[in-house]
Amino acid sequence: MFLAAAEAASETPWIFENIWIVPAIPALSFLLIIAIGKRLPMKGSEIGLASIAAVFALSMFATYTWVDQIGFTGGHSEESAEGDTGDAEYSETESLGGGVQSVVLDTPGFAAAEGDESSEEKTESKPVPNACFADEDTGDSDDAEYGDDVDSADKDAESQSSDETDSGTEASAGIQTVSLTNPSGSSVYAASDGYETRGEAIITDTCWFKTGADSSTASGISVGTLVDGQSIMMLFVVSIISGLVHIYSTDYVNGDRRYTHYFAFLSLFTAAMLFMVLSSSTLQLIVGWELVGVCSFGLIGHWWEEKPNSDAALKAFLTNRVGDIGLLIGMIVLYFGAERTFDIAEINRQAVAGEINQLHLSVAALCLMTAIMSKSGQFVLHTWLPDAMAGPTPVSALIHAATMVVAGVYMIGRLYPVFWEGFMMPGTNLNAMAFIGGLTTVGGGLLAFVQRDIKKVLAYSTVSQLGYMVLALGMGAYTAGMFHLFTHAFFKACLFLGAGSVSHACHHSFDMKSDMGGLRKYMPKTFWTFMIGTGALMGIPPLAGFWSKDEILVGAQVWPGTSSEKPGAFVDDGEGFWLAATGGGDGTFTIPFIFGCITAALTAAYMTRVIMLTFFGEYRGGGAHDDHGHDDAHDTHAAADHDDAHDTHDAHGHDDAHGHGGLPHESGSRITIPLMILAFMASVVGFLNMPSGFVKALGLPEGWAHRFEDWVEPVGTGQFPAIDHAKPSLSLAVFATGLGLISILVVRGYYMKLFAKDPMATEYTDGLASKFPPLRALHNVLENKYYLDHLYSGVIAGGTTGPLARAAYWVNQNILDGIINTVGKTGVLLGRFIYRFFDQGVVDGAVNSSGQAAGLSGQFLRGVQSGQVRNYATLMFGATALIVAVFMFAV
Amino acid sequence: MYLNQFLIFSAILFCIGVYGVLVRKNGVLVLMSIELILNAVNINLVAFGTFHGQAAGQVFALFVIAVAAAEVGVGLAIVLLIYRNRRSIDVSEADLLKG
Amino acid sequence: MIASLLEIGLAQTQELSSVGFDLVNVFFGLIAVVAIAAALKMVSTANVVHAALYLLVVLSSVAAVYVLLGAEFAAATQVLVYLGAIMVLMLFGVMLTRAKIGKETDLDYEHRWVGVLVGILMFAVMGYSLIEEFGDQKIPNDNYAPIQTEAVANEIFSTYIVPFEALSVLLLAALIGAVVVARKD
Repeated sequence: MFLAAAEAASETPWIFENIWIVPAIPALSFLLIIAIGKRLPMKGSEIGLASIAAVFALSMFATYTWVDQIGFTGGHSEESAEGDTGDAEYSETESLGGGVQSVVLDTPGFAAAEGDESSEEKTESKPVPNACFADEDTGDSDDAEYGDDVDSADKDAESQSSDETDSGTEASAGIQTVSLTNPSGSSVYAASDGYETRGEAIITDTCWFKTGADSSTASGISVGTLVDGQSIMMLFVVSIISGLVHIYSTDYVNGDRRYTHYFAFLSLFTAAMLFMVLSSSTLQLIVGWELVGVCSFGLIGHWWEEKPNSDAALKAFLTNRVGDIGLLIGMIVLYFGAERTFDIAEINRQAVAGEINQLHLSVAALCLMTAIMSKSGQFVLHTWLPDAMAGPTPVSALIHAATMVVAGVYMIGRLYPVFWEGFMMPGTNLNAMAFIGGLTTVGGGLLAFVQRDIKKVLAYSTVSQLGYMVLALGMGAYTAGMFHLFTHAFFKACLFLGAGSVSHACHHSFDMKSDMGGLRKYMPKTFWTFMIGTGALMGIPPLAGFWSKDEILVGAQVWPGTSSEKPGAFVDDGEGFWLAATGGGDGTFTIPFIFGCITAALTAAYMTRVIMLTFFGEYRGGGAHDDHGHDDAHDTHAAADHDDAHDTHDAHGHDDAHGHGGLPHESGSRITIPLMILAFMASVVGFLNMPSGFVKALGLPEGWAHRFEDWVEPVGTGQFPAIDHAKPSLSLAVFATGLGLISILVVRGYYMKLFAKDPMATEYTDGLASKFPPLRALHNVLENKYYLDHLYSGVIAGGTTGPLARAAYWVNQNILDGIINTVGKTGVLLGRFIYRFFDQGVVDGAVNSSGQAAGLSGQFLRGVQSGQVRNYATLMFGATALIVAVFMFAV
Repeated sequence: MYLNQFLIFSAILFCIGVYGVLVRKNGVLVLMSIELILNAVNINLVAFGTFHGQAAGQVFALFVIAVAAAEVGVGLAIVLLIYRNRRSIDVSEADLLKG
Repeated sequence: MIASLLEIGLAQTQELSSVGFDLVNVFFGLIAVVAIAAALKMVSTANVVHAALYLLVVLSSVAAVYVLLGAEFAAATQVLVYLGAIMVLMLFGVMLTRAKIGKETDLDYEHRWVGVLVGILMFAVMGYSLIEEFGDQKIPNDNYAPIQTEAVANEIFSTYIVPFEALSVLLLAALIGAVVVARKD
């Protein structure tokens, strides 16, 4: 391997070292649009388009370079070992730890750059190089050199690119055993098809600042870019979809009063997302995370003149704040757990190597999970996502389907070792992540049934599919989760843009029941692209969703024949006592698997409902309406007994003269061309990750199998857990597809019968829900979104503010008084000052002015917010002095 | 001379400035007190610069002076605006943030 | 008084650097007493114009302290910017807001003791930590030699060029901001 490393000692590709340019371009474009956009002939959209074109070109180049490094078509042992013939070979694999093969590095380019690393064999995994301590790996970090270190750190901003390839053996000791032990144990086999170190992250960072005076306590914070398969994948997705959305928007948002503002935000969003995706430290991740949140807020509230829109924006923002608390705490725990580093690669390395306390990892993983729940719309914090559809449709496609909402999923992947170890995935049957994902995927799928707004159906579908990804990652099926993220981005963006096109034709309504129907005749291009997107979402075989969904179901390793018998251990010394011998969640993720299967059926069903309501039957909007449709809708809803705003709208919907009149028409080419491109992507990207058995059956070159996995999943880098891969199963694929097809047929039959009776109808007047009380109850629960919004706004928010104020006052009156009276001397002086100030100055003032003690409790907290700058300044200065005093005397 | 001579002198000025900010009602007087605080900080900077024999202390003091100039400009503009709207520059009356 | 202090300071420091530092200490004591007294008067006087004049005294004393510390350029800038520009601005502010020339009754917050307490608390904390940390450290005698303006310029235009540029943008922004905020419309 040293030979290989020497050969591979070429330069890191230029694009990876300078990948920061990619987010910088849209950031610049944002500033330009803000500054001069309004004066340009196209009102700033040309700057946005130009920047996204540049980003697109660079991203494609980066993707090409990355893929080129890994190899377009593979040819390693995995193909020959896995697949349908692999069973026999692996079943004989027993010798864990023995028969470790050396590693052949057949990918040039991942090499040790200008580092002066001697290629001596290391038995211990080496810390990831950090720009702030560039020299510490090599030399002993004595204090004398420290001064130079500081100076050179800035200049050493160039690539710290992974010089770990030479430590491949180290990895092979612990990590690669899993895949390397081949039955025969012959070294020839390994030499030719050896499992290489693949997907090593390329880190280019620079020292931002250092703290501490001597190197033993110093901690530096470096910022930079991290390029690996996962970030390249996101780069690809974000740049393509953002580009298409830009093009689409020039038509869709045309003539809007905040057209320039819209494009500025799109640029900022693209910049923030790329920044987050490429960040090399958790601090940057947080910055990017919040930036995309801000853009989401701004774009949901794009039409803020209408109250519901600005409410939705606020809801999205505030719900995300809940998760951000978890994010901050989790990152801080990780920072201290990983011996004071924010470096993602280093945290991952330590997590894999077991250098971080298990408790820290678990706490961090749980806290981060909160953040993921809010950002990626996981259950109980998903409520903002459907409301976020108040924004313009292209924004929904870009931000709330394809990119931003997968930020949570992306973060799971980014810090996968933390979650893997933190939730003890290899050893547990069910962990928080898989469970939440499973709950979300089913819960979201059910909710999608009762929506009448086409975008809300898609929003709940997004929630459901995000749950699918989290579910996959929670089961340890990393590639499956990432692949689903990848394919989902394309088909869901296609669906959202399709929905936008539909509403463009239907006078900007999204109501499937009152304003759509029969659209396939009027807008064939939209119809067919929407069908392809739907098929992909349902998992109809050749389309993208099929491959990724199938892979997730396989990843549960429940279906007979899918469970991999390779040990899931990644702890090199076998001391991972909690690992079962067969490990890897072998056959144990039954509950997530059931969730997954239910969702497969649900997805097919609700999407069929959407298709039927939107594209089949007769057109119900505009001038083509007649009166009995109104009666149907009205009666049904009266029977089902809801009083939602939507329903009242619907009840009158049919009486409205639409004014615009006329039949719907196909959208312009700036809308349909992005749709076609996305539909094309949605149909072909699935082939990137075909199982090897399928490839063989078709007689394709072997290297075409699971390319995506090779490109995205790192192996043997020491920064990624060794995940055992489930074996694909044809029968499972048939089963899952069958589930989908059955639900499609059932739902289609329902609507065909309905349309045969009355082409204008949208549901049976005497349907099951009105006849059968339990079903009606379920329907009501779904209509009310599991009452979560009531829980949040009514119970939690309403229930806490009053008692909180009262409790604060009580604490002030009783406990503070007690403390003050009992503690003596100096403490009393300080304490009495606070007491006097708060109580006499502020509380009494507020209370006296407000009157009687009835409002006392609420007034206390208000009193602090006196609006007087002086009071704030007093509190600030006093508190600062007190804190400093406490630190001086107590610490 | 002891370094502390200057530092404690500056601390005294600083605290007087804080007192002024907290107690004064007139907006212009509050701004003056802030100037006092900034000057106290400047003494620190210059004293440490001399202590270490570096010009950097002075440089930062100059920066602070420049920032203070900007601050006074904007601050007085705000005070003027308050005056124009309320016919008074009593900062205790500007309590629109009251919750 | 100010001008004389400055002149003496300028003249004395250069000579005294070789003679001894007793006189410098005396100067410092004088300046400090004047500055603190003026500052106290500034925050307690009932006359806005007087407060501005007291501030003038404090600022000049600070300039004198700069001279003592060998920071000539900072002292000059202090005189130019603070005494020259900022004080005029302050007086303009006093004028434009039509403060009474003469005593005013309602200049202070009723609960003065809050400010006193916070001030004393902060001073206690700062004083304690300063004495704890720098109790017996002396400024090396050599360092009193005035730092050449050239050295300051070199620092600004090499090491601190980026902050310098940012500062110019800040000043521009403040200029525009002040105009926008104070404009009558």
